[in-house]
Amino acid sequence: MAKKMHDTPNLDQLESGPWPSFVTGLKELAKNKDHVVDLLGQLEESYKTRKGYWKGGTVGVFGYGGGVIPRFTELKNEDGTPKFKDAAEFHTLRVMPPPGMHYDTDTLRQFCDIWEKHGSGLIAFHGQSGDIMFQGATTENVQKAFDEFNEMGFDLGGAGPAVRTSMSCVGAARCEQSCYDEAKAHRAVLNTFLDDIHRPSLPYKFKFKFSGCPNDCMNSVQRADMAVIGTWRDNIRTDEALAKKWFAKHGMDELVNDVVARCPTKAFQLKEIGKVKSGDRISSVAVNDTHAVEIDNRDCVRCMHCINVMTGALAAGTDKGATVLVGGKSHLKIGGLLGTVILPFIKLDTDEDVEKLVDFAQRTIDFFAENALEHERTGEMIERIGLANFLEAMEIDADPAMVNSPRMNPYVRTDGWDDEVAKINAKKNAA
Amino acid sequence: MNAPVQMRKPKETGVPDNKKYLHPLLLKNYGNWKYHDRPRPGVLHHVSHSGDEVWSVRAGTQRQMDVYTIRKLCDIADKFAEGRVRFTIRSNIEYIVSDESKVAPLIAELEKSGFPVGGTGNSVTMIAHTQGWLHCDIPGTDASGVVKALMDELYDEFRREEMPNRVHLSTSCCEINCGGQADLAIIVQHTKPPVINHDLVANVCERPTVVARCPVAAIRPAMVNGKPSLEIDEAKCMCCGACYPPCPPMQINDPENSKLAIWVGGKNSNARGKPTFMKMVASGLPNNAPRWPEVGAVVKNILHVYKEDARPWERMADWIDRIGWPSFFEKTGLPFTKYLIDDWRGSRANLNSSTHIRF
Repeated sequence: MAKKMHDTPNLDQLESGPWPSFVTGLKELAKNKDHVVDLLGQLEESYKTRKGYWKGGTVGVFGYGGGVIPRFTELKNEDGTPKFKDAAEFHTLRVMPPPGMHYDTDTLRQFCDIWEKHGSGLIAFHGQSGDIMFQGATTENVQKAFDEFNEMGFDLGGAGPAVRTSMSCVGAARCEQSCYDEAKAHRAVLNTFLDDIHRPSLPYKFKFKFSGCPNDCMNSVQRADMAVIGTWRDNIRTDEALAKKWFAKHGMDELVNDVVARCPTKAFQLKEIGKVKSGDRISSVAVNDTHAVEIDNRDCVRCMHCINVMTGALAAGTDKGATVLVGGKSHLKIGGLLGTVILPFIKLDTDEDVEKLVDFAQRTIDFFAENALEHERTGEMIERIGLANFLEAMEIDADPAMVNSPRMNPYVRTDGWDDEVAKINAKKNAA
Repeated sequence: MNAPVQMRKPKETGVPDNKKYLHPLLLKNYGNWKYHDRPRPGVLHHVSHSGDEVWSVRAGTQRQMDVYTIRKLCDIADKFAEGRVRFTIRSNIEYIVSDESKVAPLIAELEKSGFPVGGTGNSVTMIAHTQGWLHCDIPGTDASGVVKALMDELYDEFRREEMPNRVHLSTSCCEINCGGQADLAIIVQHTKPPVINHDLVANVCERPTVVARCPVAAIRPAMVNGKPSLEIDEAKCMCCGACYPPCPPMQINDPENSKLAIWVGGKNSNARGKPTFMKMVASGLPNNAPRWPEVGAVVKNILHVYKEDARPWERMADWIDRIGWPSFFEKTGLPFTKYLIDDWRGSRANLNSSTHIRF
């Protein structure tokens, strides 16, 4: 039995209502843990004063420089002692999840037992970077908890100016839209950078995210310094039985208004069956006895919309791989940046293919480590030096797929133009 | 003298393999799925080229879970789902079952245990969120509490698929926006420059780092009361709070002046239009714990107007693209103030340089 609960009139109001309540959960833990009794005391104080009371510090595990988020209370009595002494230390361990965040219950129960023994018993599945967050350990218990998680085969994630924990979508495990083996790429890349994850020494954070298709369920384009997003080069595949089944259920209005009209490049047309074009870049499928869908794959930008709507009737092609975008990040410091296409298409079928992605990631991180200013993200670095300089360093040729349009101003010195054209022609001739 | 304590060396195992955690049918059909449909809200039905089928039942959780809740979720997995679960990016739990007849009893068991089934397709799914007062060192507000209060209000929309397209929400307890981009996001917006405790700056802050961190170069070193400190050009300061993490004596959080802003139209998917960042559409909302009713009212109003007005498959961003911003502000009744006109770098691209105006 733990000590007596503090009054928490504000938090109590978060116990009513139908959504699962974290307050009710904390109170359950508080029945047996003074640690959580005092955590609730401090949190109630925050609700009263509308102020936070945690400060960081230096807590870690032997051999690593990161992965633990230290929290010490700043809510003190006049004599400097903590107002809620049993929650004076409330550190978090960030632990990397398996790709796709799949678990068996034995593993989850083991997590629970370890965290009940060494920590507060509060676990988040998952943090915004993808970590399992084991929240609420004293400084003394951080190492003990880590040792047990580590013996289970789990490892700490990133924190600070480091390669951060990554996320990948459910992907090939359960999604027909998967365009590469997300889990394999995720592990191959991340496990190359364990030193950069565990011993923060980069200019700033570096995040990888892996989405199996352009729906980008991992939000990689907005959040990842390197976003690996599945795509394909050949034609959209069709299935007549499923197309007819879809049409029978949804009808002409939906086909026209929800699919044809929403194709961003007008690559998707509805035609009388006799007027459907043929050709090696045309996909077509009948939806009833008179009409068929015709897709000109040369104009298709692989946005996924028609495939999302008519799942199964339409499917991604078979020449699959990924587009790699670099430089996504949130506001600080220069404003939000979406990732920029750097590798328009790479195959990821074989170990050698994946090794090429790992090599590109390695060269990007090396360049970032050498050239970024302190607290500068990769996207900001590229903004500062210009994309062309980054490409040159990465030994990647300029490609019109990297831009929305060519430049709109003449402020560029072009005296190397002829040499560049000669290089492009030489490459063309050599190919 | 005591012998030195032998510390255990970490095993740098990295990201674990997920194969042993996969449901047996997911492992068997890895990379071989054909299509899916949604028999009802909260359930995905996937069919493999091999003919195998699985049903995934999705339920909402509080994300910040106590071990008793997790064990309860495990009991349900052991009973119905061959002891396997997975979590979505929005902290929903998914159970995968290979037998359709298990779906209804699984749903009944989850709902009886307090976990709402939904969050699929055109629902308002669980809010991506941060740590807030519970664990962050720089929070302007709470995270889990805001989410609990809002999801209570959006409970029915989570359990139904009645929105025009999926709706992703996020909350962030400071302007760093760890909650991320979303169709609709709630983010702290400070309105006053930081209050500096000059007695502490010299000992706590690395001053050049703090100066470098400011996006508008409003911070400079200064001697205050005979001590090395920092001062702020308050006319330049736009109250972003970027100086606060490297220098906690520059207190940016304020119970009254740290407000909440609402942003809309972020979309990570490439479907239809290209990915977009969200735009600020309201600010000045009070940080009114424990249930933030003023924020809830604005969020519900926007979602209500979107639900009524958008066409099928229009995400928030697609809908606003069609109706235009004047209509958005008219239909939602939100005031369009001068603060919503972008003046940051690159902002000219956000101005209307055409006569394209809907009347």
